[in-house]
Amino acid sequence: MTEIFGVPVQALFGQLLVGLINGSFYAVLSLGLAIIFGLLNIINFAHGALYMMGAFLAWIGLTYFGINYWLALVLAPLVVGIFGMLLERLMLKRLYHLDHLYGLLLTFGLALIIEGLFRYFYGISGQPYTVPEALGGAWNLGFIFLPKYRGWVIASSLVVCLVTWFVIERTKLGAYLRAGTENPKLLQAFGVNVPLLITLTYGYGVALAAFAGVLAAPIFSVNPVMGSNLIIVVFAVVVIGGMGSILGSIVTGLGLGLVEGITRVYYPEASAVVVFVIMAIVLLVRPAGLFGREK
Amino acid sequence: MKRDYLIMLVLLAALIVAPMFIYPVFLMKLLCFALFACAFNLLLGYTGLLSFGHAAFFGGSAYITGHLVRNGFDINFTAPGFLKFISLSVDTAPLTPELGLLAGTAVAAALGFLVGGLAIRRAGIYFAMITLALAQMVYFLALQFPFTGGEDGLQGVPRGRLFGIFDLTQTYTMYFFVLAIFCIGFWIIYRAIHSPFGQVLKAIRENEPRAISLGYDVDKYKLVAFVLSAALSGLAGSTKTLVFQLASLTDVHWHMSGEVVLMTLLGGMGTVFGPIAGAAIVVGLQNYAAGLGEWVTVITGAIFVMCVLAFRRGVVGEIGALFKK
Amino acid sequence: MKLNPNHRAVLIGAALTLALAACGKKDEAPKTAEPAATPSSTATTPPPGAPSTAAAPSAGSGKISDGAVKIGVLTDLSGLYSDLAGSGAVLATQMAIETFQEQAKPDFKIEMVSSDHQNKGDIAANKARQWFDTEAVDVITELVTTSTALAVMKVAKEKNKITLVSGAASTAITNEECTDTNVHWTYDTYSLANGTGKAVVKQGGDTWYFLTADYKFGQSLEADTTAVVKANGGKVLGSVRHPFPGTDFSSFLLQAQASGAKVIGLANAGTDTTNSIKQAAEFGITPKQTLAGLLMFISDVHALGLKATQGMYLTTGYYWDRDDDTRAWSKRFFDKHKRMPTMVQAGQYSAVMHYLNAVKAAGTDDTAAVMKTMKATPISDFFAKNGKVREDGRMVHDMYLVQVKKPDESKAAWDYYHIRQTIPGEQAFQPLAQSKCPLVKK
Repeated sequence: MTEIFGVPVQALFGQLLVGLINGSFYAVLSLGLAIIFGLLNIINFAHGALYMMGAFLAWIGLTYFGINYWLALVLAPLVVGIFGMLLERLMLKRLYHLDHLYGLLLTFGLALIIEGLFRYFYGISGQPYTVPEALGGAWNLGFIFLPKYRGWVIASSLVVCLVTWFVIERTKLGAYLRAGTENPKLLQAFGVNVPLLITLTYGYGVALAAFAGVLAAPIFSVNPVMGSNLIIVVFAVVVIGGMGSILGSIVTGLGLGLVEGITRVYYPEASAVVVFVIMAIVLLVRPAGLFGREK
Repeated sequence: MKRDYLIMLVLLAALIVAPMFIYPVFLMKLLCFALFACAFNLLLGYTGLLSFGHAAFFGGSAYITGHLVRNGFDINFTAPGFLKFISLSVDTAPLTPELGLLAGTAVAAALGFLVGGLAIRRAGIYFAMITLALAQMVYFLALQFPFTGGEDGLQGVPRGRLFGIFDLTQTYTMYFFVLAIFCIGFWIIYRAIHSPFGQVLKAIRENEPRAISLGYDVDKYKLVAFVLSAALSGLAGSTKTLVFQLASLTDVHWHMSGEVVLMTLLGGMGTVFGPIAGAAIVVGLQNYAAGLGEWVTVITGAIFVMCVLAFRRGVVGEIGALFKK
Repeated sequence: MKLNPNHRAVLIGAALTLALAACGKKDEAPKTAEPAATPSSTATTPPPGAPSTAAAPSAGSGKISDGAVKIGVLTDLSGLYSDLAGSGAVLATQMAIETFQEQAKPDFKIEMVSSDHQNKGDIAANKARQWFDTEAVDVITELVTTSTALAVMKVAKEKNKITLVSGAASTAITNEECTDTNVHWTYDTYSLANGTGKAVVKQGGDTWYFLTADYKFGQSLEADTTAVVKANGGKVLGSVRHPFPGTDFSSFLLQAQASGAKVIGLANAGTDTTNSIKQAAEFGITPKQTLAGLLMFISDVHALGLKATQGMYLTTGYYWDRDDDTRAWSKRFFDKHKRMPTMVQAGQYSAVMHYLNAVKAAGTDDTAAVMKTMKATPISDFFAKNGKVREDGRMVHDMYLVQVKKPDESKAAWDYYHIRQTIPGEQAFQPLAQSKCPLVKK
């Protein structure tokens, strides 16, 4: 068997594939953050909490209302999206005339509230969520035993990312969005309802987080801290990719998943830090991030 | 100015008699966090830089002081993994508490220089994220290094004898030592704010391009402010270690960074006494509402949201505004 | 703000403080009487400064400081371990107090306070100090997670008060860090590693690979188990350390799979364990390779479901469906808590009961006397049939090796385990000869 630095090639491929699965989550989450940041100029600290909320809604739906996975995949993001739009209308909106830091602080507080409430009602040890019937089992790819569900995670998140990218870069709605990012006042002058655009954007961004949450539910146990464990890494991903860059966040998300996968083979202890090390290096070399432009 | 001194005197008098009425260990905790929040305020309130990684300085120096006071320099370090060739071996007697504090503060300053040097390359939200991510690295290091005791934390730190004379195991001696440290730290911050240096910081906060055009080396000022803030946060962390005789992962976790933001915001950022009030409220809440379990998190979050939406000037700021009318 | 007697003393002057301390000492000195002796009939006045409401109810109350025995339950009420300890442990304590009051009819008052330590050593130490200093708490119990247990034990030793540890796992509690005012009740990593490790090797699982949480607890669990596996003729092929806490274990599990070991030992806890088990099933690692959970509770099995955990071996100090006594007690617990007790919660009840009995027998709540009585009296209740507290503070009792049932074998909710083997106490726990505790005379 061929080996690369003492690791069989097959095992390495397996690890890369696993890295890609994690990368998919990073990509969907950082994409949501990037869209929100692009238009609203705030870092949504509540993103992790809303991701957790998506997973919990799927679990609640299944447990109490018999809503199956596929329906939850649509419903949970919808509910969280509406919830997000309410938050935007009722709270975030009041902060746009202030320093953007207040947006960060507000969403930080919201994250604490949401997490605390779920902890109070559902405890912390986690709720089980079974893999949907149709995606049970696994494919034997020779070098890895790939669970069908994980394959589905990669495929569906890629599709969601690409569709989002397409909508933003190639459609009229996307053009408004990009214009809003560049100059909201001018756009408003053209008769576009910018506040509505902002609300919808925030709703869509957090819906993406909830979508990732539902995807994650069968893999990780559904628990109230699942979001806060992940969100800091996703922040680093966004910084590396260049904040606000749509394509940047997708590519960086997937790429860092791969890098993490490789680290886990060669130096597992460092796999939690590697993203931050890369971030520090990127900041030294390209302060605006890999795909970002200096404003 | 005069009013500030008056308040300071009243506060000092209150703090001197307070341990007769209030549980002294609680007061010491409060003083440590008040110093931490004041140091943080120097950066957020007076320079306009929101760091989300101050736990790294607070906790990092807590570990350093704890280790030095307990074991001395007994570095027997071999880097993990492929960095095996880096190793070091030194061994000295345990340090006295005052030297331990100084060493902790120095390390925090050095760490502040590194983190600050990187972070000030970007401003605003980017700055917050970078400090957060770098602090997270410090957290993982604290988890990995054997001397920190990982999850168990660094326990059984002796309080020792200050200058070899004062026995710090006596609660009241310890209390007045902590009070003295707080006063020194607070005085340094107060002087810094009201010096020409502090004026430049405020100029940067208000209008950075103008400060640049006036010929100030803005980056240098920011870095100095950052290092000073980090060092004093470190002093607070080191003192906390001596009080509780332990340093733990709580001190370096990003929740700690969030907490100090909350204290500053709640008390009133950019006010001299705001952080003290904020620290008192938050520490008091945690202490007396601990029985509420999860609700503490929810209440903390709700206070955050309320502050941002309605009381952006904070408690002290709002009171100050009332007086101005 | 409550005025503590000591604080008031400061107001009056240092001289009075000294006098007060001297009074307290004199008052406590004779309490180191023979534990077997009948409660002293001499009525003592409560120490100066004690709140009048808590005055001794009758002359026969002996030497109970402040007129009441006050039990502090310091546990995780909101975090990772709140399901296995948490409010269930508080409930167990209440049940113990009520039962004791009904059955033993003590002539002293018993009070309970509880608080959340959030799994943080600093919060725990702070609360403990406050309880001892200002609220006259006599004993602090539960203390899940090693960090909080060690922190509170240190404070308790300094203040000469008792700690009863139920939830914490580390063997350090009765070794390097042992104190003469502590009892470690329910289990420790040695007994778990020993029970599970030995049994699995004997079942033919003689090659191991460890998935270890990369911090002190995980590493010591791995080391303990490695020793047991080797001693029983097994082989350890390697280990991989995952960051703590982790969410995705698939790549580490793939490395464990590639090792070809028959058994994958999970040297981690809480959600790390439950996630590893889930993901192992997903990648088809189980049932080809067997998982051995080295620190698992019935609450973890409940959260994961039998489908993911079936066939696993684990060691526990308590299982509700063991005999009539355990069923009876667990039913009482279930009726109030709606969940079956974990070993930590059952152990908590047992520990508090033993403490209260010792106070009654000794006729005092003086630390040294109660500790002496607790160590001298064997334990026989629903939790431990032949338990005894050793000089290092370890409560030695039988442990049980259990195997998780298949879904179709489970007849009802919480019917999860087959008890495969009873491990006698002296085999289950670390022998005294190996103890690193300075209290153990060699």
